[in-house]
Order: sequence, then structure tokens, then C-alpha cells
Amino acid sequence: MATADSTPGEDTQVMKGTSAVAKGVAAIDPDVISAYPITPQTGVVEKLSEIVADGDIDSEFIKVDSEFNAASTCIGASAAGARAFSATSSQGLKLMSEPLFTAAGHRLPIVMAVANRSLSGPLSIWADHTDCFAERDGGMMQFHAEDVQEAIDHVLLSFKVAEQVNLPALSNFDGFILTHVQEPANIPTEAEVSEFLPPRDPAYTLDPSDPATMGAYARPEHWTEARYEVQAALEDARDVWTDAVEEFDDVFGRDYTEYDGMIDTYRADDAETVIVALGSICGTIRGVIDEMRADGELVGLVRPRVHRPFPAEQLRDALSGAHQVAVLTKENSQGFESALASEIKSALYHAEHQPPMKTYILGMAGRDVTSEDIKAIVADAETATDVMDFSESESWPQLREDIISGGI
Amino acid sequence: MSSDPYENLSISTGAVAQPNTSLVNKTGSWRQFRPVIDADACIGCGQCDTYCPDQAAKQVDDQLYGIDLDYCKGCGICAEECPTDAIEMIREDS
Ligand code: SF4
Ligand code: SF4
Repeated sequence: MATADSTPGEDTQVMKGTSAVAKGVAAIDPDVISAYPITPQTGVVEKLSEIVADGDIDSEFIKVDSEFNAASTCIGASAAGARAFSATSSQGLKLMSEPLFTAAGHRLPIVMAVANRSLSGPLSIWADHTDCFAERDGGMMQFHAEDVQEAIDHVLLSFKVAEQVNLPALSNFDGFILTHVQEPANIPTEAEVSEFLPPRDPAYTLDPSDPATMGAYARPEHWTEARYEVQAALEDARDVWTDAVEEFDDVFGRDYTEYDGMIDTYRADDAETVIVALGSICGTIRGVIDEMRADGELVGLVRPRVHRPFPAEQLRDALSGAHQVAVLTKENSQGFESALASEIKSALYHAEHQPPMKTYILGMAGRDVTSEDIKAIVADAETATDVMDFSESESWPQLREDIISGGI
Repeated sequence: MSSDPYENLSISTGAVAQPNTSLVNKTGSWRQFRPVIDADACIGCGQCDTYCPDQAAKQVDDQLYGIDLDYCKGCGICAEECPTDAIEMIREDS
């Protein structure tokens, strides 16, 4: 367990990631759960439907015929004042995309667990961050877990923050690597949850006795303001999240407060080469850092826990002493470069210290990332000395030259 | 209730307005064809009203339905569904 003190004890059980997230959601007992099964998320909704069917929680489990309708059902429920949860992955998230942008614009705090997976085509069911990055611009908050415990805890934190800023949240955890792993995890008790998460108190609900139009047709003289308000709410979400992680530590005893809860670091304070990465790959990276440190190499890790709102200020701070930055990422914006790398560069545009940065696109669609891969990347990144050298700024280190023709 | 449903619009809570914003947004200007009902052929069955996705077909009296052109998009579904072929779609420019 890399990120939080989760001492195996009475409350700790070893279980599969999907079951653990489902049990965490069950402790929240949302009013409405609506989701559609999709690999590798399926275990989350299967387990939740079982828990609901057994009568262990009071949630209404609404069966639907597609992810579009799961998201739409959550929108209706949330608009009526319910606490609504869904879970999805990959193509399912794409099918939800249209209603999810609507949910953000309607300011509905729906929380979704997203088991990250590549998008077709070619068809792949394995993990990367292509799916959640495709939803980057819709006004949803996005969080990335490194391990199962964080996947559970981020769902709780998501509800806490979403309901204060009135925006939906995607609580991301890597498909298979975290959904199908068996890890010790602490499932929150209902008593802890009720202390941390008060009943939802929405400013407006659909109410036949006091009719209103929610998400009205906004004419050109309204729409800009609607988007501005979502932007402002995401800015506010930073402080709300910071307060939430502090309260979370008080209630649950797990400390995510480093860098205002926005980013997590490992041996980064005196690091000359800093790796930036999201999610489960950071477990492997920590091991590599320990090995390289034993050989006297000053390597460290910076891991954004929050991706939207973007932790620009905290990244500028955490990278202020870096001699080189290596961004390891499981996505790219086709036609330009990795979205994560672009965003970090953009954040550093306003920084006094602008370290040379190299981007490595790897681990796409479940390709294994080994310690050796990461060591080679660190060695390569250490050759970057000039921030103006764009020619070699991005590479695909795992690319198999033998199966590409280099064109059409 | 205000006559202007946008009067107290709350953009910051997700564009919450008074009911009936759809009435003040007259969306019929997008139309390329308009339905014209032959009053002699109409039997007042209401199928046009049932199927119109914009609720633009309205009962005029027991025997006759009419089209509210402020909202009609000209999709032609009413003409397709009318059991007596009482509705003809004609080009807006004719
Ligand atoms: S043309 Fe379409 S929108 Fe117009 S009245 Fe007929 S069904 Fe309704
Ligand atoms: S469907 Fe045809 S016959 Fe029936 S009410 Fe409408 S216009 Fe008249």
C-alpha cells in the first residue's frame, strides 16, 4: 500500500478491487444507483446489485439498457434531490459522455467510479487513460487512485466535494490493475460515513409542488455565463477538496493532505529527475526509485491525485527544484501530444523554473510496464538538458517497430 | 408566476428558471416544410397530437386539429401518422 496508512487489522479485509469499491459505495448507501455492466467495471455494479437485492442497503438500483440511460437516470434522480452513483469504463463512458456534459452544466453532483480502459478501435478491454482524458473538458471533476484503498476513499471524497460545488465527479481507478487485484482495504463503516458525508441538501430540486425548469434552454445571452460558472465552481473545488481531505484524515485516519490533497509525492524533495505519472503505475515507479536511490541517483515521483481541477500551482511548486521531468502517461491527444504533458508544460509557462521535460507514452491498453522500462526512461530523461530542444520531447518507448509500416 | 420564465433565471445553479421556458422560445423558424390540415378530411382522431415530438398539433374543436406553427419543426411525422391523409407537407417557400 503505497499511498496511505492502512494497517491490516480488524476493519481491513483482503478483497478484489471491484468488490471493495462496491462495498465502499454500499457504506454510503446512495439513494439511487444506476449503471450498466462493462468490462472491467462489471464487478462493481454486480456486487452493488447483489447488496441491494439482499436488502442490505436502501438504495434504489435502477436497471437500464445502456450507459446513456444509466447517466440519464442519475441525472433525473440527482435533479430530484437524490444522491446518485454510477460506474463505468471505456466505451460505456463514451456513451455517457453526452449526458455527463449535461450533468455538469445542470450542476448535478453525480459520482461515478470509472475503471479506466482504452477506447476502440482496435478493440481492447485493457487499462489506460484514453477514456477519462476524452471526458476532460466537460466540467466533471476527475480523481486518480493509485491503489484499491484510494479508489474507495476517492469515491467518498468525490461525494463530499461534488455536493458542495454541485458538479459531477469521475473517480478513476485503473482497469484490471486495480479492479481485479486482491488488496487489503479498509471499508468505511456507516457511522464513519454519516459523520463525514451529511445528507445532500441541494439548492433546487424537481418538485411538483414548486415547479421549475432545470437546465433551461439557455439562449446566447445566457450560455457563456453557464460555462463560466462551471469553471468558477471547478476553481472553488480546489479549496473544498483540500478541506475534505483534512476532514477525511480526522474521521478515517488516512492522510491524503500533502500539497493540499492535490498531488502525492515520493522522495521528490531533493530529486533531480522527477517522474510525473497518474494512477497504478506509480506503485512500480516507487520501487524503481528505491533501487535507483540505493545507487545514489536522485529520482523522485510526483503523482497528481486530482486531474480536474488541474493542480497547476502544486505542480509548479513540486517541480521547482527538478533538473529534468519525465512524464509517463497512458494517453495521448491524437494529432498533438500527451494531454497530461501539455497541461504540465502549460502550468510551467507561469513558473520561474522551467525544467526540461520529456514525455513517454507507454502502458497503453494494458501493455506491461516493467521496472526496466522505467529505469531506461529515467536514464533517457537525464539526457534532457535544454528546455528549447523540442525534437526529442516525446517518445513512445514501447513501440514495436516490427509491426508498423510507418504510414498508410 | 412571472410571465417571463427567465426573469429569475439562476445560471449558477444550472440554469434554473420558472416553468414554461419552452413556450417563450418559439422554435418554429427552423422549419423547411409546414403541415397543412385539410379540414374536410380531418376526423379529429388526435393521432397528429399523439405523435408530434413538439406538441405542436392542437385540438381546435371536437372535429378538427390545427398546427401551432410557432413550434412546429416541419418533420412530417404528423402527416405520416394521420390515418386519413388529411395532412399535406408543403415547402415553406411555396
Ligand atoms: S410537422 Fe412535425 S413538428 Fe410539425 S406538427 Fe407535424 S409532427 Fe409536429
Ligand atoms: S391525425 Fe389527421 S385525422 Fe387525426 S386529428 Fe390529426 S389531422 Fe385530423
